[in-house]
Amino acid sequence: MLNDVIFGQYYPVRSFVHNMDPRAKILFVIAYIVAIFLADNFYALAAVTLFLIVAVLASRVPFGRVLRSVKMILFLIIFTAILNLFFYAGNELHVIWQWKFITLSWEAVINTVFLAFRLFLLVMGTSVLTLTTAPVPLTDGIESLLTPLKWIKFPVHELALIMSIALRFIPTLMDETNRIVAAQKARGANFETGGLIKRAKAVVPVLIPLLVSAFRRAEDLGDAMDARCYSGAKGRTKYKKLVFTWRDLVGALLLAALIAGVVLLNVYLGGKFAILDAFL
Amino acid sequence: MRIVAKGLTYTYNPRSPFAVQALKGVDITIEEGEFFGIIGHTGSGKSTFLQHLNALVRLTGGYLKVGEYDLSSKKCDVLGLRAKVGMVFQYPEYQLFAETVEKDVMFGLKNFCRDMGEEEMRSAVREALETVGLDYEEVRDRSPFELSGGQKRRAAIAGVIVTKPEVLILDEPAAGLDPLGKKEIMQLLHGIHGGWCKTVVIVSHDMDEIAENCTRAAVFSEGKVVMEDTPAAIFARSDELLLLGLDIPVTAKCARILKERGIALDTDFTSDDLIRKVLAAYAARKEGRGC
Repeated sequence: MLNDVIFGQYYPVRSFVHNMDPRAKILFVIAYIVAIFLADNFYALAAVTLFLIVAVLASRVPFGRVLRSVKMILFLIIFTAILNLFFYAGNELHVIWQWKFITLSWEAVINTVFLAFRLFLLVMGTSVLTLTTAPVPLTDGIESLLTPLKWIKFPVHELALIMSIALRFIPTLMDETNRIVAAQKARGANFETGGLIKRAKAVVPVLIPLLVSAFRRAEDLGDAMDARCYSGAKGRTKYKKLVFTWRDLVGALLLAALIAGVVLLNVYLGGKFAILDAFL
Repeated sequence: MRIVAKGLTYTYNPRSPFAVQALKGVDITIEEGEFFGIIGHTGSGKSTFLQHLNALVRLTGGYLKVGEYDLSSKKCDVLGLRAKVGMVFQYPEYQLFAETVEKDVMFGLKNFCRDMGEEEMRSAVREALETVGLDYEEVRDRSPFELSGGQKRRAAIAGVIVTKPEVLILDEPAAGLDPLGKKEIMQLLHGIHGGWCKTVVIVSHDMDEIAENCTRAAVFSEGKVVMEDTPAAIFARSDELLLLGLDIPVTAKCARILKERGIALDTDFTSDDLIRKVLAAYAARKEGRGC
C-alpha cells in the first residue's frame, strides 16, 4: 500500500503511451504543462482537458487510477483554492460579499475555479507519465535529456545512477520493512495505538534493523559493482537503447496542435474574465 | 492448542493488476503435541499461511481457529494470541535491534507481560538464553550486532521463546547454517518440545530435516495442501513429490535405487531406520544364498 504512495505507481499494461520513448514523454509533459499555463480562458483549458482524456484513453490506465493521484494532493488544492477565493482582489463592482479585509468577488470565484482546474490538470498529466513509464526507463530518459549538462562538468551519469539505485531499492526496503514489522508484531510490538511519543518509540525496533540491513545491502551492492569492474560512465553501453518511433511523432504533432489551439483560443475568445462582461 | 484451518483463501493486492492469489482454499489440522513440518516451493503459500496463524495477515476468506482463538471473529484478542503462538521468521537475526542482547530478548516480555517484575524478567531472559545455548553472563551486556552469525540467530530465537509460547512456528530455522549448526537448532527444538512448548511447526526445504524430525507434515503447492500425513507416508509417494518439483530426502533416494534393483524396503525414511532395514535385508539375502 505504501508502495503506491512513492514511486511504485507504474501500471503494467501495454499501450500506445507505454510504448513511447521515455525522453519524448518527459518532453511532452513539459510541453503539456506549458500549455496549461498558456491557457487563459476556459475554452483553452477545455482543449487541454480533451488532450488529457485522449492521453489517458491511449494509455489504457483506468481513469479511477489516474484520479487516485489527485487524491493525494486534494488538500493542497483545497487549501490554495480557499486562500485564493478570499484574498484575490477583484473588481469593486463585482463584489459578492465582504467582511472586514476579506472580500469575495466574481473575479475571485473565477480565478479560484481556474486555479484548481489547472492544478488538477497538472497532477493528472504528470501522473500519466509515472503510470506509464517504469522507474528505470524514466531515469534513463532523464539521464539522456540532461546529457548537455555534461559540458559544464555536471555528473549526469552519477546522478542518474543514484536515482535508479534509490528507485530500485524502494520496493526491496519496503518488503524488508514489512518483514521486520511482522517480526516485531509477533513479539508483541504495537504500532497502532498510543500517543505520539509512544508511537515514535515503537518505530525504533523497526528502524534500527532496517538501517542495518540498508547498510549491508549498500555494501553488497558496492562489492558487486566493483567485482564487475564498474568504473562510471566512461565507455559504458546501454542494454536497452532509447529510440524515437512513429508514436513519438504522433505525440509531438498532437502537442504542437494543442499549443497552437490554446494560443488561438486565447487570442480569439479573450481572457478568463470575459464571461463576466457578458453576464454582469 | 489445536490449529484448524478450513477453506483458507488470501489474495495479495486484490483488485489490481498485481493481484496474486496466495492461498486457494487451505484445509489443515495440526493437533496439540505435534512436531509438524511444512514443505513447499517458494510461492506455494506456506509463508502466507504461517502469518495467518499469528494474525499478522488479516483473515479474508475461510475459517481458522488456533486453540480458543477464532481468527474469523473480529473481536479476536490478537495480543493474547501472539503471546501464546511464537513466530520465528526466516533469518530472525535481522530483527535484532536493542543495544544489548538482554534488552533485545526482553522486548517480547515487556510487550506481553507488562506486570512482570524486573528481576523476574531477568531470570526469564537468562533461562531463554541458556535454552538456546548462549552464556547469559557473557552475552547479556554485549551488542547483538557484535555476535557471530550463529549466535545472532540463537539470540533472536531466545527473543521469541522468552515468553514460553505454547505453539512455536519457525520458518526455515536452519537456513544458511552449517550441518552442525542445523543439528544443534533441531536438538534445541526437541529440547523444548513437550515441555512448555506443546506444538512445533517448522517450514523447511530440507527434506531430510522433515523426515528425521517431524511427527506429521503437509505439502503445499500453488496455494493448496496437496498432502497431509506422516513423513513416512509422504515420502513413500516420492514420485508425486518429484513431479511437483520438490526434493526428496537422501533416504528416499536410496530406497528408490534399492527398489530399482529389486529390494523393496518398508522404511519410515529416517536414516537410522533405513540403515537398520538395509542391514536386515542384506543379512536375509546372505542367508538366502547360504554363505
